[in-house]
Amino acid sequence: MKFPALKTYTVAYLLFLYAPILLLPIFAFNDSKIIAFPLQGFTTGWFRMMWADDALFKALRNSLIVGISTSIMATTLGIFAARASTRYAFPGKAAGLGLIMLPMVLPEMIMSMSMLVVFLAIGIPLNLFTIILGHVLVCTPFAVAILTSAFQSLDKSLEEAAQDLGEGPFSTFWRVILPLVMPGIISSALITFTISLDEFIIAFFLGGTETTLSVYIFGQFRFPARVPSIMALGTILVCLSIALLTTAEYFRRRGIARTGAKDTGGFL
Amino acid sequence: MTFSSKSETMIEFRDVHKYYGEYHALRGINASIKAGEFFSLLGPSGCGKTTLLRTVAGFEGISSGAVMVDGRDMADVPPNHRPTNMVFQSYAIFPHLTVEENVGFGLRKDPRSKEEKAREVGKTLELVGLTGFGKRAAHALSGGQRQRVALARALILKPKVLLLDEPLSALDKKIREQMQVELIKLQREVGITFVLVTHDQEEALVMSDRIAVMFDGEIAQMDEPERLYRKPASQRVANFIGTMNFLPTRILSDGARVATEVQGLGLVEVDASQVSGAATAGQPVVGFRPETLTILYEGQQATDREAWATVREVVYYGDMTYYDVVIDGTDRELRLSMRNVFGRPVLDIGTRTRVGWSPGALVLFR
Repeated sequence: MKFPALKTYTVAYLLFLYAPILLLPIFAFNDSKIIAFPLQGFTTGWFRMMWADDALFKALRNSLIVGISTSIMATTLGIFAARASTRYAFPGKAAGLGLIMLPMVLPEMIMSMSMLVVFLAIGIPLNLFTIILGHVLVCTPFAVAILTSAFQSLDKSLEEAAQDLGEGPFSTFWRVILPLVMPGIISSALITFTISLDEFIIAFFLGGTETTLSVYIFGQFRFPARVPSIMALGTILVCLSIALLTTAEYFRRRGIARTGAKDTGGFL
Repeated sequence: MTFSSKSETMIEFRDVHKYYGEYHALRGINASIKAGEFFSLLGPSGCGKTTLLRTVAGFEGISSGAVMVDGRDMADVPPNHRPTNMVFQSYAIFPHLTVEENVGFGLRKDPRSKEEKAREVGKTLELVGLTGFGKRAAHALSGGQRQRVALARALILKPKVLLLDEPLSALDKKIREQMQVELIKLQREVGITFVLVTHDQEEALVMSDRIAVMFDGEIAQMDEPERLYRKPASQRVANFIGTMNFLPTRILSDGARVATEVQGLGLVEVDASQVSGAATAGQPVVGFRPETLTILYEGQQATDREAWATVREVVYYGDMTYYDVVIDGTDRELRLSMRNVFGRPVLDIGTRTRVGWSPGALVLFR
């Protein structure tokens, strides 16, 4: 590198970005209720405390229900939208797509408030289902973006070839299109799941008495004694995220290798 | 070129028109392609040749007229039910499948047993020269091999018509020439009607039984390669097929013999059969191919007539030499081709030489 100052800056930037995450496991194993240096000794007690917490497991279960449902619904809707936007021309397409993508940049606060008002007005009880509705709304744009690029890289003549060889529209989709966009579908499913998992505002506004993991963690910070066990939970979440991203990347690379396409870079 | 198959019609275009919005892409195509024929649609890009081919496959609808395949109107028949198969320009090999799976793709609904189908796949791979490649991943193949997979995948379904959309344009010259010959042999072997789309006139001349030359959504001429080359229907066709020289002409008298005065060549009488269609600029011209002009070396006599000329450019090809010469009294360079013969030197630029030509080899465009 020609400019040593730039190199220093880059290192400092990356440290600033990732060093705080390293603090999670450090304090998760630190034998003290106070999150501060110097460290007091090694313990696995916080993990045991976390493990014994029934409310945590209920929140985790809720988060998984919300996350998986959101991921499936947003990705399914994304497949329809991406297919329509890459394959067909119809009036109002640009406007429709623009509106689908809008929640990506719209403040979640505004969306959750307005949805809250509507749900209360028409008498829909607040529970996990309302959180899912909100999450699908914010996750669908991400799914559409990921899947559109997957559908776009599909050569249209592959579809025609399948038809030419005797397949109808449905079996063409099943035998040719779906396998080829599968890496995109897996990507979309994992990313929308992750977004839903750590989303707070909508879960907080639309959850009613139901608590997701993010809302639960936020609540726990009110009790200083609980903070170290939250660190333990955070440590586990970091490990799971890394495992999830690695899996996503593995599938993406395998998909590319199988189709012999050029690797244009993924998340990792 | 002789064509000896049964002469029943396989494909028929009846006044086919196609509009894309305002754009008139096909302007009244009438043609019939015989069963077992190797037929080419030849023309510059944008002439409608690919569109016409795709109307046969069913990927393009038509605005009016009819496309018949084997006596049946294809209007309401979707692509997956047509008795045609296509080799795509990009080959469209399914990248997630192996060679075998690609070739066997269309056999899903075939009632035969798995073993019989596998045997059929093997036989078809052998036909296209890909024995032993069955287990390979399709994306790991070279361009020429993909081409063969695309062919096998279509031929295994024993279609009545095989449609080929610029199948050789992505290959380099050597493999392309080799594939041309292989395709001709293959077509004779399987006896299926081939319809080829190409912009390469040489490819069309080499491979086809008959060629339709298309310009601007219309068929300008439909003929056997030799007739197309010898007597193009218009100056535009002549320009597109091979190289043709043109000299401005004045027509003096009409009739069974047409008397003309050709710039640089003087008074020339041609037979009425040598008179062809429109000249591009409206003014009559005579056209002649490079090989109908001969350089006369010292002591050689013209078989017919001769003129003095100056060599302006020499292009040496090993077996052939191309000269650009200007005949006295004309203002344009004419292309002349000579086979290189031992003992006969290649002329230098600027050489004055006699050039032999024949009135019988001229085509008059008026």
